[in-house]
Amino acid sequence: MLGWLLQRVAQALLVIVAMSLVVFLGMHAIGNPADILLAPDATQADRAELIAQLGLDRPLWQQYLSFAGSALQGDLGRSFVYNVPAVTLILQRLPATLELAIAATAFSVIFGVPLGLYAGLYPERRLSKLITTGSILGFSLPTFWVGLLLIMTFSVYFGWLPASGRGETVHLLGADWSFLTLNGWRHMLLPAINLSLFKVSLVIRLTRAGVREVLPLDYVRFARAKGLRRGRIVMMHVLRNIMIPLVTVLGLELGSTIAFAVVTESIFAWPGSGKLILDSINALDRPVVMAYLLVVVTLFVVINLVVDILYRILDPRVREEASA
Amino acid sequence: MTSAPVASGRRPAVTALRRFLRAPTAVIGLALMALLILGAVFAREIAPQNPFDLAAIDVLDARLPPGSASMSGDITYWLGTDGQGRDLFSAILYGLRTSLTVGVGSALLAGILGILLGLIAAWSGGIVDALIMRLVDLIMSLPSILVALLMLALLGRGIGNVVLTLVLLEWAYYARTARAQALVERKRDYFEAARGLGLPTYRILLRHVLPNCLPPLLVIAALQVARAITLEATLSFLGLGAPVTQPSLGLLIANGFQFMLSGEYWISFFPGLTLLLAIVAINLVGDRLREVLDPRALR
Repeated sequence: MLGWLLQRVAQALLVIVAMSLVVFLGMHAIGNPADILLAPDATQADRAELIAQLGLDRPLWQQYLSFAGSALQGDLGRSFVYNVPAVTLILQRLPATLELAIAATAFSVIFGVPLGLYAGLYPERRLSKLITTGSILGFSLPTFWVGLLLIMTFSVYFGWLPASGRGETVHLLGADWSFLTLNGWRHMLLPAINLSLFKVSLVIRLTRAGVREVLPLDYVRFARAKGLRRGRIVMMHVLRNIMIPLVTVLGLELGSTIAFAVVTESIFAWPGSGKLILDSINALDRPVVMAYLLVVVTLFVVINLVVDILYRILDPRVREEASA
Repeated sequence: MTSAPVASGRRPAVTALRRFLRAPTAVIGLALMALLILGAVFAREIAPQNPFDLAAIDVLDARLPPGSASMSGDITYWLGTDGQGRDLFSAILYGLRTSLTVGVGSALLAGILGILLGLIAAWSGGIVDALIMRLVDLIMSLPSILVALLMLALLGRGIGNVVLTLVLLEWAYYARTARAQALVERKRDYFEAARGLGLPTYRILLRHVLPNCLPPLLVIAALQVARAITLEATLSFLGLGAPVTQPSLGLLIANGFQFMLSGEYWISFFPGLTLLLAIVAINLVGDRLREVLDPRALR
C-alpha cells in the first residue's frame, strides 16, 4: 500500500511538473512579454534593460527554475489587465466555480440515482427505455446548446428564472456564496442543471448497470429468500454496493466539471474562474491564463489522487489486488 | 451467436453491411448523415445566397423571422436571417461544411497518427511502448476542454489550430485500441507465417496486422468525428475556434445568442438544430457499427 501510494504521488507530481513545463515553454514560444510591456516608443536600450530586468536573457532552464520557484510560493505573475497577482484573481473567482460544480454534482446524484435505479430494476418497462435513451442523448448533446435551450425556455419564454449572473451572495469564510440566498439559488438553478447534464447521464448509466449486475447475485437472492421487503433489499443491499464505483466516478468527474464549467459560465455569465480565463485569453492576459491552467491542473490532479486513495480504503478487493 | 452463420465465400464487409442495415435507427442515421453531407458538399450549389458575399446580403433584411421574403423580393428566407441580414439556411450550409471538414479532417489525421503510434508501441514494446502509453494516459486523463484552452490560448483561433488541437486530443483513443488489437494479432498464426517469410516489418504491420485491427478502429473513428464536431462547436461558441470569416455551426450559434434574449430565437436555434442532427446521426451510425463489428457486443 505504501509503495503504491508513493508511486501514485510521484505520478501526480510528474503530471503537474509536465504541465508547468508545457505551459512555460508554450508561453515562451509565442512571444516576448517585453514587447507587450514596453511602450511603443521605447528605444532599443530600454528594451534590453527590461529584458535583463525580467531575466529573459538567461538560459531557458534557469528561467524555468525561477518560474517554478516563484510558482511554488504562489507567485505566478501579475495580471496585465487588473494589475493584481494572477493567483489572487483566480482564487477570488474559484469559489463561484466550485459552488456551481458541487451543485451540479449534487443534482446528478439527486436525479441520476433514482432514475438509474428504476431503469435497472424494471428494464422492460417503457419508462426505463425512455430513461436509457435520454441518458444517451445527455452524453451526446453539446452542453452549450442545451444551455441555450434552457435560457430560451425558462428565461425568455416563461420568464421564470434569470439567465445571467449570481444574484445575491452571502460572505462566508472569506468568499461570496450564492447558495445561501433564495435569489442566489434562482440564479444558480439553470447553470447547475446545464452543467449536470452530462453527469446525470453518467450516473443513470452507472446505477443501471450496477443494479443489473448486483440483482442476480447470491446475497440479493438470499436476502429475498429471507423474506426482506423489496425496498429494504434495494436500499441496504443493492444501493450500498453500487455506491463505491459511483462515488469514485463522481469524485473523478469533479475535476473535469470544474474545467467544463468554462462553457456553462460563459453562457450564463456566471462570474467564476471559467469566465475569467475566457476573458483573459481574449485580452492576451498571459499570467492569468498560465495561473488558471496551473491551478486547475493541480486541483484536478489532487482530486484524482484523493479519490484514488479513498477508493483503495473503501474497497478491500482493490487493496488486495494491488498487494498481490 | 443468434445471428445467421456467415455464408462462406461472401466478403466480410458485405456481411457486415447487411447486418448493419437490419436496424431501422441505423438506416435513419445513415440517411440523415448522407443528407447533411450532401448539403455541406454542394453548399455553393444549393444555397440561395452566398452568405459571405457582402454584395449579396442586405442589412435591411436583418433579423427577419423564418418564412419572410427579402426586401427586394427575390429570396424567401425559410429559416429567417441573422443580425447582418444573411439568409440563415445558406449560412447553415456553409457552416455545416466547416464543421464537417474540421470533424472528419481531425478524426482522419488523428487516426493515422494514433494507429501508427499504437502499432509502433505494440511492435517495439519496452521503453518506447511505455512512453507512448503514458502519454496516452496523460491525454485521456486530462479534461479535453482544458487541453483545448491551453492549445488555443497559445496558438490563437483559426481552423488549422482547432484541427491541431483536436488531433492532439483524439490520437490517444486510436493508439490505445490499435495497440491492444495488435498485441492480440501478434499471437496469431498468420503473423508468424508472415515473419517466417521474412517480410519487412512495415509490410507485416500495415498489410497484415492493420487490416485485422480495423473493425474496432472504425467504431472509434465514428464516435471521434462526433466528439470532434461537438468540441469544435463548443470552442467556436466560446470564441476560440473558427474565425469570423469562416463561421462553423458553433460560431453561428454564438452570433445568434445575443438576439435570443430578445426573443429572436431562430438565429441560434436552427444552426443548433443542424448541429444536433449531425451529432445524433453520427452516433446512431457509430452505435450500430459497434454492434455489427465488435464481437463482444454480439452477445
